[in-house]
Amino acid sequence: MRSRYIPLLMTFVVFVALYLIAYSRFSSFGSMRVVGNLLRDNAYWGIAAIGMTFVIISGGIDLSVGSVIAFTGVFCALMIGRNGWDPLATFAVILTIGTLFGATMGFFIHYFKIPAFIVTLSGLFLARGMAYVLSTDSIRIDHPFYKQISDLVYVFPDRGRFTFAAGMFLLILIVGIFLAHFTRFGRNVYALGGNSDAALLLGVPVGRTTILVYALSSFLTVLAGIVLSLSKQSGDSTIAVGLELDVIAAVVIGGTLLTGGVGYVIGTFIAVMTLGTIQTYLTLDGSLTPWWIKIVIGILLFSFVALQKLLSSRKRVQSAKEQLATAPLPS
Amino acid sequence: MNTSGQETKPLLEVKGLSKVFPSTVALSEVDFTLYPGDVHVLVGENGAGKSTLIKLITGVHHKDGGVILLEGKPIEPRSPRHAQELGISTVYQEVNLIPTMSVAENIFLGRQPMRFGMINMRAINQQAKQLLRGFGLDIDVTRNLSSYSVAIQQIIAIVRGVDLSAKVLILDEPTSSLDRHEVERLFSVIRSLKQRGIGIILITHFLDQVFEIADRITVLRNGHKVGEHRLAELTKVQLITEMLGKELTAALDNKQVTAREDGASTKPFLEVRGFARHGMIEPFNLVIRQGEIVGLAGLLGSGRTEIAHLIFGIDQNDQGEAFVKGEQVNLSSPRKAIQYGFGLCPEDRKVEGIIGELSVRENIILALQARMGWFNYLSRQKQDELATQMIEALHIVTPDAEKPVKELSGGNQQKVILARWLVSNPEFLILDEPTRGIDVGAHAEIIQIIKRLAQEGKAMMIISSELAEIVDYSDRVVVLRDRKKLGELEGNEINESTIMQAIAAN
Ligand SMILES: Nc1ncnc2c1ncn2[C@@H]1O[C@H](COP(=O)(O)OP(=O)(O)OP(=O)(O)O)[C@@H](O)[C@H]1O
Ligand SMILES: [Mg+2]
Repeated sequence: MRSRYIPLLMTFVVFVALYLIAYSRFSSFGSMRVVGNLLRDNAYWGIAAIGMTFVIISGGIDLSVGSVIAFTGVFCALMIGRNGWDPLATFAVILTIGTLFGATMGFFIHYFKIPAFIVTLSGLFLARGMAYVLSTDSIRIDHPFYKQISDLVYVFPDRGRFTFAAGMFLLILIVGIFLAHFTRFGRNVYALGGNSDAALLLGVPVGRTTILVYALSSFLTVLAGIVLSLSKQSGDSTIAVGLELDVIAAVVIGGTLLTGGVGYVIGTFIAVMTLGTIQTYLTLDGSLTPWWIKIVIGILLFSFVALQKLLSSRKRVQSAKEQLATAPLPS
Repeated sequence: MNTSGQETKPLLEVKGLSKVFPSTVALSEVDFTLYPGDVHVLVGENGAGKSTLIKLITGVHHKDGGVILLEGKPIEPRSPRHAQELGISTVYQEVNLIPTMSVAENIFLGRQPMRFGMINMRAINQQAKQLLRGFGLDIDVTRNLSSYSVAIQQIIAIVRGVDLSAKVLILDEPTSSLDRHEVERLFSVIRSLKQRGIGIILITHFLDQVFEIADRITVLRNGHKVGEHRLAELTKVQLITEMLGKELTAALDNKQVTAREDGASTKPFLEVRGFARHGMIEPFNLVIRQGEIVGLAGLLGSGRTEIAHLIFGIDQNDQGEAFVKGEQVNLSSPRKAIQYGFGLCPEDRKVEGIIGELSVRENIILALQARMGWFNYLSRQKQDELATQMIEALHIVTPDAEKPVKELSGGNQQKVILARWLVSNPEFLILDEPTRGIDVGAHAEIIQIIKRLAQEGKAMMIISSELAEIVDYSDRVVVLRDRKKLGELEGNEINESTIMQAIAAN
């Protein structure tokens, strides 16, 4: 067992354990109904989390996620619901805008050496502001295409529903895993997060990779916004405030190191499903308010980061910095 | 092999190359010519501008003047990647690989074999294993790079750099952590590349190696080219004089430390009995007395660094006991070790030591300040004093003590870390490869300082791959092989051939 798989294994063990607990309380967790709903309800932010996984592996962060989802929703609602644009054309336009938006953030991060935190925080305000400028009311979308999509379900024998959103989530998961592990772009992202100075000297196209990573994240975030738009059939500039924090939490709980270089798309998926399971459990249980999910996220996040710290400090080579920092003594 | 350089056309030509950093002229109007099949060695003191020349040729930095011609055509390398595409393959100074990726992935990063549009992981692992075997290294290539020692990482970096499709191979101090055995391997690879007409630029501070492999030598001093020679034209003394701009003995200023009286009569500082850790090192006994220098000799992977880590508490012993000044102690963490008065200057200074953003002064006083406690603040005047003293003693090339360490040349960074431990004033100092990457002048100076510290009564344990150096300063030499202490040599027994024999004996 490689120590680099331990965080991933922990994520998996926690998921299975929680799921079994949930199952022992509510046997419906054994049905495709709950499974289908879990996939459907968590699809939108799960897709964004897969994008965030790449960003964090590259050693960066993307705070613009929640705002970009809101902007996408409002844009779609306005164009399709009010202006009567064709939905597919609208999606193509917003995906392009989003991708360019991400690429621009990546451009500033790389070429102007501005910390990702600052650039994407600006992105957060910009996108949220744009959403409000487009519209402050909630706009309904009443379009036959939206109806068709919501009718696009596979129904399991136990009446469990496998929706379009769920399918999209799984598709992006597979594409994400493929990108991360089987393409040069993916490996370059890991190299960048592992040691960006060395990556440059090894001939990794650092600038291009940085721009692509943020473009990918924003592309997937817009896609998340579209999935949400399809399921809510409306757009609202006030939604998804602070969602980026849940997304980051899921990525970290999924075993990705915030310092970059190490992480797994599948881990993020499992973490999203874990948080979804807890949410569903709390809803079914009813005795606790669903807000307990926040407390659980806090505890899980802390335990996972603590675990990672423990693992890395057990490593044979200990940094001299640490040695020094722990050595105050009178001379 | 190119013996008639003038008739063949140059492979790489550099004319009037200059580079100015804020506060430093790193390179000024340097000419440099590399012929196909030639090994052209660059020498010069730490900070002379060798790495800067390489970085200009490979697009890490951008030149402020001059031209670079590859096969007669001017090139403007934009990035290391661009240089690679032009056919210039480079192994930079200090290991520059990705610690969080596997060994195999590091070797193939950016040029992975593909199959059906996917990276072919199996091929990567197989080929990496094969390439490393060719270098006599049989390791698990799927493990993270960070799980291997610096020396092995250096070999991995070389294996990555030796790209047969390249026209020019540049090696910036590739042998700094290697022992003779591996250096031999590298040289035989270099010779076979010569046969193929690849031009090789090699930077090294080991003059023996220069005379073994070079066809041509260029000497840099203070950013200027001060000489270019065919190997046959030159003696070692001439070369050193040209590098330093004065003779080595003059450079040492007659600061020679005379041999100490018998150190063995003093009290033991540290004694360990039956110390061991499963899978790391077999049980060993070791006594280190005050005022004594104990050298650890052995090949790569023989357990030298492991002993240092065990004694300093970075790794914990699972057998045996330790005594400091006769009292039993538990060396369970570096913190404890430091409390008992130990200091360790680690082997991998890049990872374990340098804090690039901090200034030279801050890096130097770090360990001392930590020992004194952060509330017992070292006065600024004292800090400046210590820093200036060390900058002078070790010839650290820097405009002033406030320059961030990351802007120093590689060798000068090494000196800063060494200075940190020299001023930290421990009772027992462990130095792991203290002279790695350090030029001849400063090398001699460091050995003087080591001897002086022992004379002041410090106990010292020094790991080095350079036998001549170990022989020079050790009162006792511990010989290791295959993670096992073989024995100790003392007094007259200490010379290079006895150590070699002891290492090789069966
Ligand atoms: N990024 C940088 N910023 C500022 N100054 C720099 C930078 N890189 C190098 N220098 C300065 O340029 C000079 C030459 O450095 P260089 O690294 O070329 O030396 P070197 O000959 O390779 O020495 P060494 O043997 O120590 O590796 C040094 O004085 C160094 O301080
Ligand atoms: Mg150098």
